[in-house]
Amino acid sequence: MNRNLVFALVGNQNCGKTTLFNVLTGSNQHVGNFPGVTVEQKSGVVRSVKNRTVTVVDLPGIYSLRPYSMEEIIARDFILSEKPDGIINIVDATNIERNLYLTLQLLELRVPTVIALNMMDEVRANGGTIDIKALSTALGVPVVPISAIKGEGVSELVDRAIEVASQGILPAVWDFCGEDSPVHRCIHAVVHVIEDHAQRAGISPRFCATKLIEGDGGAMAGRLELDQNEIELIEHCIKEMEAETRFDRNEALADMRYAFIEKVVSQTVVKPKESREHRRSLAIDRVLTGKYTAIPVFLAVMFLVFWLTFNVIGSGLSELLSLGIEKLTEIADAALISYGINDVVRGLIVEGIFAGVGSVLSFLPIIVTLFFFLSILEDTGYMARVAFIMDKPLRKLGLSGRSFVPMLMGFGCTVPAIMATRTLSSERDRRMTIMLTPYMSCSAKIPIYAVFSAAFFPKHAALVMIGLYVTGIVHGVAAACVLKNTVFSGQPVPFVMELPNYRLPSIKSVALLLWDKAKDFIQRAFTIIFLATIVIWFLQTFDTRLNVVEDSSRSLLAGVGKLLAPLFVPAGFGDWRAVTSLISGFTAKEAVVSTLSVLTGNTSAAELKGALPGMFTPLSAFSFLLFTLLYTPCVAAVAAIRRELGSRLWMLWVVLAQCATAWVVSTVVYQIGKRLPAFGVPGYIILAVFIVAVAAGFVWLANRSRGDVYAVAEPKGEASLSAKPKRKRGGCH
Amino acid sequence: MTLDKLKPGEQAIIRAVRGDGALRLRLLDMGLIPRTRLTYRKAAPLGDPIEIHIRGYELTLRLAEARNIEVEKIEHNEAEAGV
Repeated sequence: MNRNLVFALVGNQNCGKTTLFNVLTGSNQHVGNFPGVTVEQKSGVVRSVKNRTVTVVDLPGIYSLRPYSMEEIIARDFILSEKPDGIINIVDATNIERNLYLTLQLLELRVPTVIALNMMDEVRANGGTIDIKALSTALGVPVVPISAIKGEGVSELVDRAIEVASQGILPAVWDFCGEDSPVHRCIHAVVHVIEDHAQRAGISPRFCATKLIEGDGGAMAGRLELDQNEIELIEHCIKEMEAETRFDRNEALADMRYAFIEKVVSQTVVKPKESREHRRSLAIDRVLTGKYTAIPVFLAVMFLVFWLTFNVIGSGLSELLSLGIEKLTEIADAALISYGINDVVRGLIVEGIFAGVGSVLSFLPIIVTLFFFLSILEDTGYMARVAFIMDKPLRKLGLSGRSFVPMLMGFGCTVPAIMATRTLSSERDRRMTIMLTPYMSCSAKIPIYAVFSAAFFPKHAALVMIGLYVTGIVHGVAAACVLKNTVFSGQPVPFVMELPNYRLPSIKSVALLLWDKAKDFIQRAFTIIFLATIVIWFLQTFDTRLNVVEDSSRSLLAGVGKLLAPLFVPAGFGDWRAVTSLISGFTAKEAVVSTLSVLTGNTSAAELKGALPGMFTPLSAFSFLLFTLLYTPCVAAVAAIRRELGSRLWMLWVVLAQCATAWVVSTVVYQIGKRLPAFGVPGYIILAVFIVAVAAGFVWLANRSRGDVYAVAEPKGEASLSAKPKRKRGGCH
Repeated sequence: MTLDKLKPGEQAIIRAVRGDGALRLRLLDMGLIPRTRLTYRKAAPLGDPIEIHIRGYELTLRLAEARNIEVEKIEHNEAEAGV
């Protein structure tokens, strides 16, 4: 009798869905991916139910069930194909009209449904009321008022959900069209035509009918296996309706739904005049999105987050952690020595595993701190404002405003920056942002810049630094232009976004997110990164005959460096020590400096500074810096890229593309600089920026006409539909 | 006139939503359908996108998208009376 149940949790964005999900499942969450896509699927077991297993699957936040965005396709396919036992539809009571729009589409699906009317406490506190009973009758499903953030009403919600699902109680109302209206006649005529097909496919005829009328790019017609005759008959009904209502089909259905909602709301809801939260939001927005204040405040907030993360909290904890790891390493080392363990094995454990994983683990506090701030910015609603403020400049790159924050974080550390792309709602923007973030020079490269600047450009150190950062950014812009017109050509996601009221974040949600990110990172540190450090250690320790090397210049790694060195002669640094240091820089960028010190037989950075002029000329040193700026990100970042792009192929592509561009840029700068020796240091920098900028400008100009077409107008319907199946195939079946 | 021509604080009623493809559907889904009343809040600091108030919530959209929305301005006294 007590069979296990699966519920889909569906709702708009910003309606408290994640908070409710966390309240329902606590830390009993399982994170996976929806079949075939990188969109995260979170499911969890409801804690409070004892005698059976009730699983809740958190579907992406959506506004409609059209198959036009990745999120909508996922939600729709999940409900249609996985056939959950019930739907928990969370509705924001403070914004009930727009939220019910999705509800009406869900009710057409004819799946046992219960509505969780969230933020009821806020409505009441502002003097508003909602007649729950009347609303429930009007919609034909149970409505449970809750406050997800306070946990009120949640146990009743679970009870009602189990009740409807276990008894298979279907929504009692599904006809939302006005009696005898043209829309009504059309829908019923179509239902009549397709009823048998729909029953065979196991989908509600009513839902099929509205989706056929909306013309969802043939997806529904295909699912139902309609023949040409039937399709024509349906088209005829729709044409008739369009002629009678003078609306087109989509307008007619949206109008039908909103008209029904307006009627229900007028009968059941007494709205407060203007809620306190809304007034407060508007007041905050006067400053945070005000014409003159928005950008200074935004920069100040970003600076504060950056400074606190990388200079105060994160780095303090990082140092503490690396101190702890050092101590632990010493203890382990001493134990291994006293036990008389073989030296090579001891080397593997101490220098390979402890040092490698330890150096990666020391990122952890930075990641957790950064995510603490990011999740607060997200949950309060400020992130939506950032998108609003920064949309214009980023649109030129084919991105939207939301991509700004992850890219900015890339200057601190690429790893959390890439993980932060999860906050982007569009899959296309997310992928593109992930590929561009590594061009923002991360803070681990600073020691390299510092040593080289001190050795070669003591007078122009600041200029060189700034020049490198600018080159990175310009390069990112160029890459964005290329990506926009090649891999990610096609329509940008429409930027029609809600600016939710400012709210205090839920501590529980923030804590769970931090736990999630930390767990995720630790897992990676002990799998892929663990492997990579062992490989590098192995190469450093042994020679070609697998004997342990005394002199590091004889190691396999040095061998690889010597092998690859001729490749870098055109770029000006064909020295095998330089190349070897670049290879070890793959484990962590700081390792470039430490490897150079070891290979040149120096122990401190100051000594290294003296040794470098023997290996480089100022020009080749600058070329080397350019290469370190642009070439592959470190192994931790690559692992994050692999995880977030969900594909090894894409990851390889990113790594190779970056190495190739790094080589080209440094070679071109070196070759031109060599022929124009009078240029001097500022000249090199201008040259580097100039070359990249010219390349970027060229790409941009070449594609300008195309870019403008879809910046102003949407591509025609056919174009967008023909682009869809490609994505869908990769994604949803 | 179109939505992008409104000034901060002005109210209007939607007359038509033009354009095509996914964008138009998204606008309809978000409640921008003919006969709906909206208030123009402001433009972003760099002039684009814009923020409007519709059906009790704040929505932001780009100028390019706003140009597809035909509106009829409500004069001030009318707006007062209508609320």
